[in-house]
Amino acid sequence: MGSQEREKKKSKDKTEKPATANPEVIEKGKKIKEDIDELLDKIDDVLEENAEEFVKNYVQKGGE
Amino acid sequence: MPIKSVIGTETEFGITSKKVEGDDPVSSSLFVINHLRPFSSIRVLWDYENEDPLVDARGFTVEGEKERPTQDQNLSLNKPLENGGRLYVDGAHPEYSTPECTNPRDVVIYEKAGERLMHLCLENANRVRKEDKKFFIYKNNTDGKGNSYGYHENYLMLRSTQFDKIVQSLVPFLVTRQSFTGSGKVGTDNKADSATYQISQRADFFETLIDLNTMAKRPIVNTRDEPHADPRQFRRLHVIVGDANMSEFSTYLKVGTTALILQMIDNNHYLTGLELENPLQAIKAISRDITLKKTVRLANGKEYTPIEIQKAYLEQSHKYFDRIEGEPFVYEVMRYWEETLEKLEKDPSELSTKIDWLIKYELINTYREKKGYGWDNPKLAMMDLQYHDLNPDKGLYYTLVKDGYVDNFVSEGMVLVARDSPPRDTRAFFRGTCIKKFPKEVYATSWTSVLFDIGNFTIKRVPLLHPLKGTEVLVGDVLMRSETAEDLLRNLAA
Repeated sequence: MGSQEREKKKSKDKTEKPATANPEVIEKGKKIKEDIDELLDKIDDVLEENAEEFVKNYVQKGGE
Repeated sequence: MPIKSVIGTETEFGITSKKVEGDDPVSSSLFVINHLRPFSSIRVLWDYENEDPLVDARGFTVEGEKERPTQDQNLSLNKPLENGGRLYVDGAHPEYSTPECTNPRDVVIYEKAGERLMHLCLENANRVRKEDKKFFIYKNNTDGKGNSYGYHENYLMLRSTQFDKIVQSLVPFLVTRQSFTGSGKVGTDNKADSATYQISQRADFFETLIDLNTMAKRPIVNTRDEPHADPRQFRRLHVIVGDANMSEFSTYLKVGTTALILQMIDNNHYLTGLELENPLQAIKAISRDITLKKTVRLANGKEYTPIEIQKAYLEQSHKYFDRIEGEPFVYEVMRYWEETLEKLEKDPSELSTKIDWLIKYELINTYREKKGYGWDNPKLAMMDLQYHDLNPDKGLYYTLVKDGYVDNFVSEGMVLVARDSPPRDTRAFFRGTCIKKFPKEVYATSWTSVLFDIGNFTIKRVPLLHPLKGTEVLVGDVLMRSETAEDLLRNLAA
């Protein structure tokens, strides 16, 4: 396991910890550029296909 | 003495599906919120008795139709929640209001709890939908085609505070706070000047300075005077100029800084000398300058950057709060505010794990550079939208949180508890606990009442006109020892 992966695992474990009396939960995020290739692959995986059509069809009337 | 802060937010969510033909957004929104399992087997009405959104803070009432649905419509439109908040359909959107909170951290927790509840609805609803009719829900504010939907903040203030003083002290603050409250946007909207990437989702939509309207010609300061409390004592400032945030830290700073400025105004500590020459132009110009270095012109002719204006507010806050004993959250907010302004001035990218518009910019711009795309590539607009997707497997904000790219600010455990437990220190405690404990006997609730039907042909109304009464300290005991709703009513009358 690379050090970044360990880092990631650590922060995951932290998130899943049950509630404590102390609400101060501040986790140090890593920079987006750190693991960029891995992240971009993930984005490509989850990003809606047919972006152009999806965005075009997204019309929201009747707000507020 | 200023009153203790009482704060709550309303979020309208965007809703769509892959095949939108034939979808009617009102029916879709109703379909989604009526799938709130396991949290709503309960049928509780919303009590519209004390609602009047047409009263203007400047002292007149606008003519128009009040919303008064039939009983069946009412049950379908409204899900009063065990956490004291409300899930409902307003216009053509699913909407969630947090319960009344006394500090910005609780607002974050209850707003996040609302996201989790909306996601539960979404999951349940989508189980019975065909693949291309499954819903997507977004916590953002624009469809990129000139339509905006709101994120509204509510702050309790003293009736005795003059409305024009609020306007004068607040406008330059509201115009410049987007530097840390903006949710980021690819492109522009509403026929505004062009831009590749903007700080704020909402800036393009503000066309007037002060008005009652929220749906067209939106004002920077909204004058709706519907206090949801004793009107002789209180007003409720309805702030409509903000973006809905995914980032917990952005939400915290947004409501925290605004609440402390309003406490000062409520205590006759006005903030003058920062009035902008043209606030409507400034709000859009600032949104288009991601360096935050360009100045805007003040009414007195001086030129300040948005951060300089924010720093002037921070300095005033220190001057005021450092010589009194304010609520603890005020000092915490000022520390984070100061740290944030320093970074925004020096190197905003240092906040790309904390603040929405910077997280989103870093993500989209890095992707764009890597792929060699121009800013007009539809994939980037898709990323912008999907950043706000409430599905944790799809949403880009949630993906970044899961993988440790974004700093959390509150604990997930507290968020999960907040889905069905009210804050203890406002009237939301009484409202939420009654719904939870007496789901069959609670006939209706509103911000200012809980109505009981205990089967003797009359509906009993318990008024909640003071937002800081009905707390655990005041009614925890009586709620605990009342086994039935009838006991409760008897004990309250005693």
